[in-house]
Amino acid sequence: MDWVNAVVQGVLLGGLYALFAAGLSLIFGVMRLVNIAHGDLIVLAAYLGLSTTVLLGVHPFVALLVVMPLMAGIGYALQRGILNQTLGPDILPPLLVTFGLSVIIQNALLETYTADPRKLSGGAIETASVNMGGITMGVLPLLTFGIAVAVIWGLQFIFYRTALGRGFRAVSDNQDIAQLMGLNKAHVFGVAMALALAVVAIAGILLGMRTSFDPAIGGGRLIFGFEAVIIGGLGNLWGTLAGGVILGVAQTVGARIDPGFQLLAGHIAFLVVLAVRPNGLFPRVEH
Amino acid sequence: MSEPVLKLTNLDAFYGDFQALYGLDLGVGAGEVVAIIGANGAGKTTLMRSISGLLANRADAIVYKGQSIGTLRADQVAACGIALVPEGRQLFPSLSVEENLLIGGKVGRQGAWSLNRVYDLFPILKDRRAQASTSLSGGQQQMVAIGRALMANPDLILFDEISLGLAPVVIRQIYDALPGIVSDGMTAMIVEQDITKALSVSSRVFCLMEGRIALEGRTGDVTHDQITAAYFGVDS
Repeated sequence: MDWVNAVVQGVLLGGLYALFAAGLSLIFGVMRLVNIAHGDLIVLAAYLGLSTTVLLGVHPFVALLVVMPLMAGIGYALQRGILNQTLGPDILPPLLVTFGLSVIIQNALLETYTADPRKLSGGAIETASVNMGGITMGVLPLLTFGIAVAVIWGLQFIFYRTALGRGFRAVSDNQDIAQLMGLNKAHVFGVAMALALAVVAIAGILLGMRTSFDPAIGGGRLIFGFEAVIIGGLGNLWGTLAGGVILGVAQTVGARIDPGFQLLAGHIAFLVVLAVRPNGLFPRVEH
Repeated sequence: MSEPVLKLTNLDAFYGDFQALYGLDLGVGAGEVVAIIGANGAGKTTLMRSISGLLANRADAIVYKGQSIGTLRADQVAACGIALVPEGRQLFPSLSVEENLLIGGKVGRQGAWSLNRVYDLFPILKDRRAQASTSLSGGQQQMVAIGRALMANPDLILFDEISLGLAPVVIRQIYDALPGIVSDGMTAMIVEQDITKALSVSSRVFCLMEGRIALEGRTGDVTHDQITAAYFGVDS
């Protein structure tokens, strides 16, 4: 039963990883941008959530109403102001610039909030649990997983069922021709980044309620997000969810074997998938 | 010719240090169908890219309806009412047939062309509407590319090599559809390597050679020998 429990907890943890990864996947899918600062943006969102809960005295979930639009606005400004200038045939400039951005965000958070670990207080929901067939599941992890599924479904809907998503796919296919169709790619990219950072806001708040955070943990979240994206296959959002789940299960099962084995087990699972299926498990099927 | 819809004045175009067009002067009147012919590398596609805004130019090198559009981005040019059917179709592979057409309407200009009218023009596309655009035959893909441009309700439509790589019977189908497209006053520029086809639908012809206009005239007035000379740069 302990093993089943470890798998179930891993699946739920995978929901959080999928949320870390969804924004990465979306940005890469639309503009072929690998955002090294993604993890730090998640941490930034957690801190913005902290400030909002403290200043307004509201629950972290209510703080989302402030943090999501705020992060979306930051995303749009970031994309139009800086990142669009780095995009081109060479993939190196966006990597370098987002790496620099990562350093800047970390230091700005350090200056503003100090290095002390902080946490978002979710109240009773943090300790609430439900028991199903002898397995106890935390309400917050369950909720996180449900939100992850809803977010992925929502992104999938936007991508394949709306005019906005049509624009995303068209620009991703062929930037020049999309421009001919009246789509200003600079704006489309800005909207894509805004959407990605709105998801980052959700991920950051849920992270902050689950564990304590400090300005330096962004890199680790970035790695988890990356691994989920790569395991699932680039450009496939449901694959990203599967990737997050596989990573989460590998970690919790690894921890069941030996508590010190948790992170390593996740990385090993990632390497195994990469060795067996270099394109990930569910790469986007070309129509 | 009345006041031209499109007027090119001393148009140069560059790819980095390489100059592809040299001081082109060219005017197209409202409702006119103009053919641009020339050998490979003569600058035909560069001319299309310049007009449609994919290549930046001097502002006043390209004047459309009295507005200097040489420096505008392609999406701004499209909003002005110029649509391009690009060489090689260039459909969006991630989009279905219908989505490819819908995205053409993204420019948001009002006019006679709608999804239904495109389906009336090319009924086969209606049957294939949900299919991936890349699963169509070359001719059907070309129909989508033309429909996609029409969905923008342009006043000036540019066709770049629409018969390239298609079977003769398909080319005839496409060209049979052209009069229906330009009949309601749309101005058209047709880039074509098939000179006979180009001359059959146009009223005036420009022949490019190495980035310069080597010949221009009314379709009925230019002789076969003149075209040969302008096309190949040799006297026949």
